[in-house]
Amino acid sequence: MTGDLLHTVVTAQTVIPKFGHANDCVRQNHTFCWSWFSDHWSDTFQPALLDHIKLTLIAVAVGFVMSVACAIFAYRRGWFERPFTVFAGVLYTIPSLALFQLLVPVSGLTELTVEIALVSYTLLILFRNTLTGLQEVPEDAREAARGMGLTANQQLWRVEVPLALPAIMAGLRVATVTVISLATVAAFVVNEGLGAPIFAALQSDFNTEFIAAGALAVLLALVADALLVGVQRLATPWARAGRAAS
Amino acid sequence: MADASAAGEGGAAELVFNDVTKRYPGRPQPAVNSLSLVVPAGDICVLVGPSGAGKTTAMKMVNRLIDITDGDITIEGRSVRAMGLTQLRRGIGYVIQQVGLFPHMDVADNIATVPRLLGWDRARISRRVDELLDLVGLDAAQDRTRYPAELSGGQRQRVGLARALAADPPLMLMDEPFGAIDPITRDRLQNEFLRLHREIRKTVIFVTHDIDEAIKMGDRIAILRQGGVLAQYATPDEILASPVDDFVASFVGADRGLKRLALTRVGDIALEPAPAMAADGIPTVPETTSLRDALSLMLTHGGRPLLVVDGSGRATGTVTVDLVSETLSNGGGRRGAAA
Repeated sequence: MTGDLLHTVVTAQTVIPKFGHANDCVRQNHTFCWSWFSDHWSDTFQPALLDHIKLTLIAVAVGFVMSVACAIFAYRRGWFERPFTVFAGVLYTIPSLALFQLLVPVSGLTELTVEIALVSYTLLILFRNTLTGLQEVPEDAREAARGMGLTANQQLWRVEVPLALPAIMAGLRVATVTVISLATVAAFVVNEGLGAPIFAALQSDFNTEFIAAGALAVLLALVADALLVGVQRLATPWARAGRAAS
Repeated sequence: MADASAAGEGGAAELVFNDVTKRYPGRPQPAVNSLSLVVPAGDICVLVGPSGAGKTTAMKMVNRLIDITDGDITIEGRSVRAMGLTQLRRGIGYVIQQVGLFPHMDVADNIATVPRLLGWDRARISRRVDELLDLVGLDAAQDRTRYPAELSGGQRQRVGLARALAADPPLMLMDEPFGAIDPITRDRLQNEFLRLHREIRKTVIFVTHDIDEAIKMGDRIAILRQGGVLAQYATPDEILASPVDDFVASFVGADRGLKRLALTRVGDIALEPAPAMAADGIPTVPETTSLRDALSLMLTHGGRPLLVVDGSGRATGTVTVDLVSETLSNGGGRRGAAA
């Protein structure tokens, strides 16, 4: 009788309303409760994961286009390399929370703020890798291309960019993993992405939600990296031919 | 090797250097100084000289990888300065020492580079690639899908040659094409190129710093000296027989007599009659032997004459040390393919 009463009281105290009906695992806040995770996959984790992927894709795509464009410009106009490296380097060193803090007064608590910050962190690595890749195109290939009558643009798109692809892809992998990890901090600004359940879990000390969201972020990073490795292999079959032969 | 029709339709072009000078700003001495020479259509002209003599500079002014400061270069009478850059270059085959194959393209795509720029259709390009692989002695079926990294140095240079020939240009520029290849492969590629050239008869500008390669490859040799000054422009035999000055004499080497002998085959000179009866112990040599090799053989046999035999083994005469020496002093050496 007393035990039952106590049980009811404890239940009322621990369970936060949004979790609905709670089982023992949840009530006692075990390390990980599969049933809770699967119950909340469709209303919490799946949307958070999809948002996270969306945040990442936009940031990487925008960062990629900007960086490659700037790298090509710097490749042709040498003077541009240094100032852009400094600019991207400074952005890269600003702590992410501080950067959000700085941006909120300008662009508000919006996705735009998040994307600006995330894109900032891709620039340095993508710019540097693309530029290095272009600069390391063998001089003889460049001279042959020129001597055979390729225009500057044909040289760039038919010879130089394809040869820089391994370096560009390596940069893209690092940038993507970085953004996936950083995008969890986006929940500081908007209630989106895998950071949202992590923030909620931090406030309530609820292990399952924290671990599930964190693990999903790690898993997403691993899958994205593996996908990019696959893309790289398909896009640069010649790179493997070279290794096999030498 | 395929038939000549594989690569011969583009014909050959006469190339003229007309008082061509290249000056770099801030340097007192020009890199190329008033160079004038005429390369007849279909000839191999070798530019040779020590480093700093401007031979590569002279060559690169033809396809305007380097701008001409003064004077003009004409191809079939048309000034290279008047032609559009890309149009000019697409009409000139270009082969460099490091080959410069595109590592990300397979052999077929490398060879197809210029035909693609010129907008040929796929079937024509594919036919042309097969033809060219055959022409340069590669396996059309097996090698077309390989990447440059999977090829040996010699194979790469063959692909480079095929790529330069792809659009059948009337003029080829070759910058030390065999310079980075081991001596045995180099010798084979040189011989193959000479044979190929007899079939396709392009005008060729060939740059090398190696006088022996120049003598072997050139129909005509232009020897350049420090400061880009033309020292002598003549056939290999003329240069070896009568170098114009001490620079040329020392550049071709003190053994120029021997080098000259290497250009002539024993079958090309008037031989002493063969002895009526078979003489035992007299070494025999085929008609295609160079005078240089014959002389060497005689010297190792105590200066005794050699019996010369034709393709069917019949004796056609004898060659003696005196005869060789006479040939040299008479200026009777002839350009041959003895190697």
